[in-house]
Amino acid sequence: MELISPADFAKDKVLAIQDYALLASRSVGNLFRTPRYLADTIQQADLIGVGSLPVVVLTGFFTGLVLALQSSNTLQRFGSLSLIGQLVSTSMVRELGPVLTSLMVAGRNSSGMASELGSMVVTEQIDAMRALGTDPLKKLVTPRVIATVFMLFFLTIISDLVGLSGGAFIAQFLLGLDSHQYWSNAYQTLVFEDVFMGLMKPVIFGFIIATVGCYYGLSAKGGTQGVGRATTQAVVAASVLILVLDALVTRLLMVLMAYR
Amino acid sequence: MSLPPSISIAPASATAQPMNEAVVFEDVAIGFEDKQVLNGVSFQLPRGETKAVFGAAGSGKSTLLKLALGLLKPDRGQIYTLGQDIVHMKEEDLFALRSRVGIVFQESALFDSLTVRENVAFRLYEEGDVPESQIEERVREVLRFVELEHTLDKFPAELSGGMRRRVAIARAVITQPEVLLYDSPTGGLDPVTSTTIIELIVKQRDVYKTSALLVTHRLQDAFTMATHYFDRQSNRMKPLPKGQRGEVRITFLILRDGKVIFDGDAHELKETKDEYIREFIS
Repeated sequence: MELISPADFAKDKVLAIQDYALLASRSVGNLFRTPRYLADTIQQADLIGVGSLPVVVLTGFFTGLVLALQSSNTLQRFGSLSLIGQLVSTSMVRELGPVLTSLMVAGRNSSGMASELGSMVVTEQIDAMRALGTDPLKKLVTPRVIATVFMLFFLTIISDLVGLSGGAFIAQFLLGLDSHQYWSNAYQTLVFEDVFMGLMKPVIFGFIIATVGCYYGLSAKGGTQGVGRATTQAVVAASVLILVLDALVTRLLMVLMAYR
Repeated sequence: MSLPPSISIAPASATAQPMNEAVVFEDVAIGFEDKQVLNGVSFQLPRGETKAVFGAAGSGKSTLLKLALGLLKPDRGQIYTLGQDIVHMKEEDLFALRSRVGIVFQESALFDSLTVRENVAFRLYEEGDVPESQIEERVREVLRFVELEHTLDKFPAELSGGMRRRVAIARAVITQPEVLLYDSPTGGLDPVTSTTIIELIVKQRDVYKTSALLVTHRLQDAFTMATHYFDRQSNRMKPLPKGQRGEVRITFLILRDGKVIFDGDAHELKETKDEYIREFIS
């Protein structure tokens, strides 16, 4: 293995951050510039949104189900089993819905974007696109960013809903609770801050998933092996960034909204 | 037999006027990591002329084309393409200039998720204001030019290497660019297919008089281009009568160790005393 000096290593990392920041800012800036690729955006929304629906529904349902299952024991000890709807609701809407949906979409789509764009780079298709007078950031990156942010928002809402349904399934059929009580408890406990936090996160995470996937794809080097490396790095980086930003965003919103 | 058109050859040592030249390189240098690929390269490609670029593998031939199109920025020197200083242009401004230049990549670089029709029409779709009927007409016309009209709805993966190269030529010429850049258009092809590709390049040269930079490692391709013309009546490439030069001037540029070691016409190339070049052309 080739050893590199700490100075070169640091320079590479700073350069990577700079390149990523440029790509991310230009992907947003392109929203206000023509041409706008509506057909590409819709196609990506279909691939990302509709394509991710089965995995998001399954993840959401079983997360809500396991959450209810795991917490029922503790709640039963304190005689508060009726609060299970409240617990599943706040956990799903504020935290698990957005984070797990984002992680699933990151695993599926960051890798997809990195491998697709990476293959285009190594086969000179990106150069060909630039040579044909088309900006790859406008044609390839911005539609993916818009589609991911937009679809992740709605996928999170669906995930929250099916997660609550998973909890309801356990509450009704395993714990013998009244379904109406579960749902009214789950609904009434939610306040504006819960929903705002739960729907703010997918917007940020969607942006991270798309920009990280595109960044690693567009910086792929070294043939098919390089594409494979870019794909893995994209999933790892997007997942870690989602978890780190989740902590930061949660704390920030709590402070901003004077919310506990 | 129809005779080749009359000849009008500009003097070889025409003074560099970036506005009058298709491509001008002035003391251009570029390196990747620790390797200096081009070091002080200067040459001019006058409008209407074809220049064949030779060099050993890794001598920077493809890099030269990417520099001419602004896909890479040099570490040093000036590059003027169609009179514009592309070194100092922003990427956004380069897109307009690139629409006046066509390029055929070494491995064709066709968009593999698009059909032949969509690949060839890519530029027209991007222009946004070309009616669908006109796009269809121009796509068919240009595919007829490369004799591949029957492949309209096929994907690049369904075509042979030679057919892909011809589709790439069709994509490059659909907007009738002022300059064409060919990156090893016959690389990896069998002799028969190579001749077909060269015939197409000669056809484009003689019919549309497009300036061209042709990177190749096959000297015989460039000599074929220098000694043949396109006969429109028979729709075939034919050899020029002995002692006669083609309507479009063709010159040769040879790179070695990142520098230009020869820049002149076929006659000067044959007369050269340089050992390396003599070995190269033998």
